[in-house]
Amino acid sequence: MLDLLSGFIIELRNAGLPVSLTENLDAMHAISHIPLEDREAFKYALGATLVKNNAHWRSFETVFEVYFSLRGPEYSITDGDGEGSIDDLLQQMQDAQMKGEGNGGAGGMDSLTPEELMNILMNALMNGDQALMRALARQAVQRFAGMEPGRPVGGTYYLYRTLRNLDLDGMLDKLMEASKKEVGGDLTKLEERLEKDEYNDRIEKFKQEVEAEIRRRLVADRGAEAMAKTLRKPLPEDVEFMHASRDEMQNLKKSLQPLTRKLAARLARKRRHGRKGPLDFRNTVRHSLAYGGVPAEPKFKYPRPAKPELIVIADISGSVAAFARFTLMLVYAISNQFSKVRAFVFIDGIDEVTEYFKKTEDISEAIHRINTEADVIWVDGHSDYGHAFEVFWDKYGKEINPKSTVLLLGDARNNYHASQAWVIKEIRQKARHVYWLNPEPRSYWNTGDSIVGEYGTHTDGVYECRNLRQLEAFVEKLA
Amino acid sequence: MDNRFESVQSVRDGLKDVNYLADDGIAGVVFLADRLGKPILVEGPAGTGKTQLAKSVAELIGAKLIRLQCYEGLDESKALYEWNYKKQLLRIQADRNSDAWSDIHDDIFGSEFLLTRPLLEAITSKEPVVLLIDEVDRVEVETEALLLEILSEYQVSIPELGTITATQIPLVFLTSNNTRELSEALKRRCLFLHVDYPQMEREKEIVLTKVPGVTEMLADQIARIVRSIRQIDLKKAPSVSETIDWARTLVLLGLDSVNAEQAKETLHVLLKYQSDIAKAAKELSDD
Repeated sequence: MLDLLSGFIIELRNAGLPVSLTENLDAMHAISHIPLEDREAFKYALGATLVKNNAHWRSFETVFEVYFSLRGPEYSITDGDGEGSIDDLLQQMQDAQMKGEGNGGAGGMDSLTPEELMNILMNALMNGDQALMRALARQAVQRFAGMEPGRPVGGTYYLYRTLRNLDLDGMLDKLMEASKKEVGGDLTKLEERLEKDEYNDRIEKFKQEVEAEIRRRLVADRGAEAMAKTLRKPLPEDVEFMHASRDEMQNLKKSLQPLTRKLAARLARKRRHGRKGPLDFRNTVRHSLAYGGVPAEPKFKYPRPAKPELIVIADISGSVAAFARFTLMLVYAISNQFSKVRAFVFIDGIDEVTEYFKKTEDISEAIHRINTEADVIWVDGHSDYGHAFEVFWDKYGKEINPKSTVLLLGDARNNYHASQAWVIKEIRQKARHVYWLNPEPRSYWNTGDSIVGEYGTHTDGVYECRNLRQLEAFVEKLA
Repeated sequence: MDNRFESVQSVRDGLKDVNYLADDGIAGVVFLADRLGKPILVEGPAGTGKTQLAKSVAELIGAKLIRLQCYEGLDESKALYEWNYKKQLLRIQADRNSDAWSDIHDDIFGSEFLLTRPLLEAITSKEPVVLLIDEVDRVEVETEALLLEILSEYQVSIPELGTITATQIPLVFLTSNNTRELSEALKRRCLFLHVDYPQMEREKEIVLTKVPGVTEMLADQIARIVRSIRQIDLKKAPSVSETIDWARTLVLLGLDSVNAEQAKETLHVLLKYQSDIAKAAKELSDD
């Protein structure tokens, strides 16, 4: 047990979770108080002692699944193909047939046609039958994933194969149809929505079952350590903007909001508790009256650092769009830390989008409007930094003043157009600071058509902003 | 030290008796905190029952709840202890001529002249105590250090008096709304519990226990609608306490079931931003 646990903790550390020695000891203490059969309690005991940040919980869960998935009684790997569960399934299947759904003969799950399997699955989802869903997940994986021992493919590949065969999106529509029939007549909009959410929830659970099943099989095949390595996912703050999957994007979005709140609180605090200013003579004299004219209590002026004016110029072409979106969201979420924020977006043409943010309180709606309405295409819709900068300079150049800080976002992949780097030079002469944020790893800079170096020489600094952590650090420095 | 709880299940049942529906995680962590003698750091969105958990546990074990509300600028004279200067002054003046200075000196720094504040009170108390340090994320990082000694050793060091050690180890809850990252030192000393919005079934149970006169069907509908609303991208998702308020509203209106129209009219109980209300109303009626 001790070996297993220390392996588990090493894996957690590898996944990026900060687990200290005392926490390790606490975990050992904790599990001595918990009955080991109770898998849930065991998990929460480890979680409470080892994971001190909610954003890390998912990573913890994944590692936990890998290390301890084989240990629970109901999860033993053998009964996936063993007799017990088949009997169970047959029973379930007959139930399903009694309802007039399946019409195949008895003969075990393996002999079912895919259509029958789908019918049973639909029934299970309809009734929210947990046990049947788990059994079906097993069957589906066995049948569709085509897993081969020792094949060096990640779990996501098998997941994709299984789900593609199950067509769960179509399933949702069918479920909705069926529940309409059941009620007899149309559902009201509200009811329809609620039903849909319910089914979505169940389908989500089913997907998780499938995922867990694949994981279990892979662990059985390759061993926990090797498996944990392939499943290791970066923590939300370390996910790279440029390569985030859809799920990761969702998670990023979720973690962005608490992050901006924290950032705003921290910045406001910094502003208030900053260095004391010079002696406030008048105030000191006034307070000296309380001490009979002796200036016993010196008073200081509070420094009021000027809030910078921010101009964001962002490339929103495909490759870096996600990064631009996140930066804009972050900047606008803390916009009260700046005296003014103006936003420009470009691909090969440039357009001002400040208005979109002004009209609505909802940042994500503004971002959506940028994607759909902003006029950023000039010729062919391939990034042309040079032209965009030139137009910016012509149209808005005179509005840059010594108070403004200019932020340029993009990978500077210019498709071999003219760079027009003189614009940046001009801007820098007029503005307070010019910074460039690049979402690409530093080692890719200035390779291929990237000319970030050429622009970079005219800025006050080029920063690598691959993930939320780096972005946060930069914004804090800025405000 | 005696253990307060028998098993995880007993925590869960006990909490249920005092009208707090705990899930596995909550009950498990409370049980562990008792066994390990460690504080619990409860984190989560506002209105998910973090403070209520401490209150319910206090009620369950029949302990006194001592609460320290944190705020910016909290210092040790308000959290730990303070010398009663006025009384000390009086003491000195009362026998100005009789005592030698050394006597008075020893005398005025006795426990008689000590004003106890919540933290000291919690560890010196003879009766069982639950200590609740509320919204610990509001104090500055430097002030957090005040808590470290009491959280790990259950003792307070007063330079003039020496160290006061707890007579019995209190159950300690710290709550945080996560407006800033707490220091590693503090986190390391605590068990961590994240309380999130409950699953639909649990929320329904909560509504059923907390709102008298609500029908099963209405509670089910409420829980479903709230779950739908939480999936919309809102500024502030409805919390459990707001769900309960909404359920109470609907019961007061004498409804047995909600339709879209009624839901829309009472949305302002559930959501607190105008833009959120507009958005949710649109979602509920359109799709």
